[in-house]
Amino acid sequence: MSFFTYLFYLFRRWWKAIRLFLILSGPGLVVMIADNDAGGITTYAATGAKYGYNFIWFLIILVPVAYYVQEMTVRLGAVTKRGHAEAIFENFGAFWGWFSLVDLVFCDWLTLITEFIGMTAAMGIFGVPPWLTILGVICVMGFMVLNGRYWTWEKITMAFCLLNLIYIPAAFWVNPSTAEVMKGFIPNLPGGHFDNQLFFFLMANIGTTIAPWMIFFQQSAVVDKGMTEKDIPFGKFDTLLGSILTVVVATFIIIVVGTVLPGVDIDDAAQASKMLMESNHGYAGTFMAIGLFDAGLLGAICISLASSWALGEIFGWAHSLNNKIKEAPWFYAAYFFALVSAGAVVLIPGAPLVLITLFVQVVAVTLLPAALVFLLLLLNDEKTMGEYKNTLFENIINITIVSVIVVLSTLYAASTLFPDLFK
Amino acid sequence: MLKNFIQKHFRKIHEINEKYAHPRLVMSGPVKFCLLLLRCYLVLLVGLLLYKFITVLTA
Repeated sequence: MSFFTYLFYLFRRWWKAIRLFLILSGPGLVVMIADNDAGGITTYAATGAKYGYNFIWFLIILVPVAYYVQEMTVRLGAVTKRGHAEAIFENFGAFWGWFSLVDLVFCDWLTLITEFIGMTAAMGIFGVPPWLTILGVICVMGFMVLNGRYWTWEKITMAFCLLNLIYIPAAFWVNPSTAEVMKGFIPNLPGGHFDNQLFFFLMANIGTTIAPWMIFFQQSAVVDKGMTEKDIPFGKFDTLLGSILTVVVATFIIIVVGTVLPGVDIDDAAQASKMLMESNHGYAGTFMAIGLFDAGLLGAICISLASSWALGEIFGWAHSLNNKIKEAPWFYAAYFFALVSAGAVVLIPGAPLVLITLFVQVVAVTLLPAALVFLLLLLNDEKTMGEYKNTLFENIINITIVSVIVVLSTLYAASTLFPDLFK
Repeated sequence: MLKNFIQKHFRKIHEINEKYAHPRLVMSGPVKFCLLLLRCYLVLLVGLLLYKFITVLTA
């Protein structure tokens, strides 16, 4: 075989692998980029304003944290062909099953409200009234699911994921000092010393990395997409790419806000957008607002589906995006009910939206440890997973990650309940 | 009509409870320990929530 024939053979092999990846990619990329939802953008904006670039190195540590947790859902979904809710019911019984399902649906609904808050705030900057934003979002999300094909839904969602990269040009726009940004990649103690406020920001950043809906969503998406054991390597790569992208986006948000608004106390991302627009970098603020709307939309797309899939699995309804509305009426009814009711709450004059935003953290923490522990136990069950069960190395990594997430997210929720706890 | 709707859904819930009455996972020592820890954790969290609720009400 000549050298050129060998090169051609290599090219054909790689091209085939890339084409296969493009077909199989989706759940990992979507879930990880949607992880940067409206709440996440606020956390990163507040972190960037408070500590400048000094937090970047810490965000990089979150790549393996997000990857190792989410890749377990790929294996579990591909091997069992069941969503996480069904897996809990089947393996841990009705008590834990109902607990997880009710908690998930409630937590998702509250989170959906926070996504609508983010989206209406972002569009409010451009003068769009909240009712129009909510109506528009419901119409877009309705169009995405009602065509009756998982593939179409996924590709439209991926287009919204691309829009999430808008923070990258925004960062170049504000022209940060490359040398200063590079310093942020070197591990350091943001603020110069460890105090309660720094601890709070550490908890908030870890808290936004893994949410309960992500576990349920990705496993159900893997099942709905029809991935099997042989697709696991592609699913893992898809998740890894997503984990990297989510941290890249978070890093660029920190760069934008850290450059223009250093030392400013930020309450929410919409406030940061407005402040950026009033600065010399008006376009960066516009990009930030567009990014915030997109983040809320991506979060809403995934969260509403996570609940509908879980309800469909347990109540035995047809629950695939490949089903038409006539074939899966309850699945789509649950999807639209969650959307419309969450949107309506935001429109109620005087609704306790700040309280809801804070309460979400607490409700999420009641479900997250259970979902993570069930995931770990199932991934260690030879009867369920066969050759795809966790290895010793994966167990060491995953148990460490899960323990740290549970402790820190619990402390974060406690600090929400008792605001003076870490002051 | 409403009665039928409620009855139908209660029946469905009963069916689900029966279907998943027995966990498929072998309840070995470590599994039982993890589930016990989870129960304790949830009791603690609910306790904290109740405490917060009472202190807000009495403030």
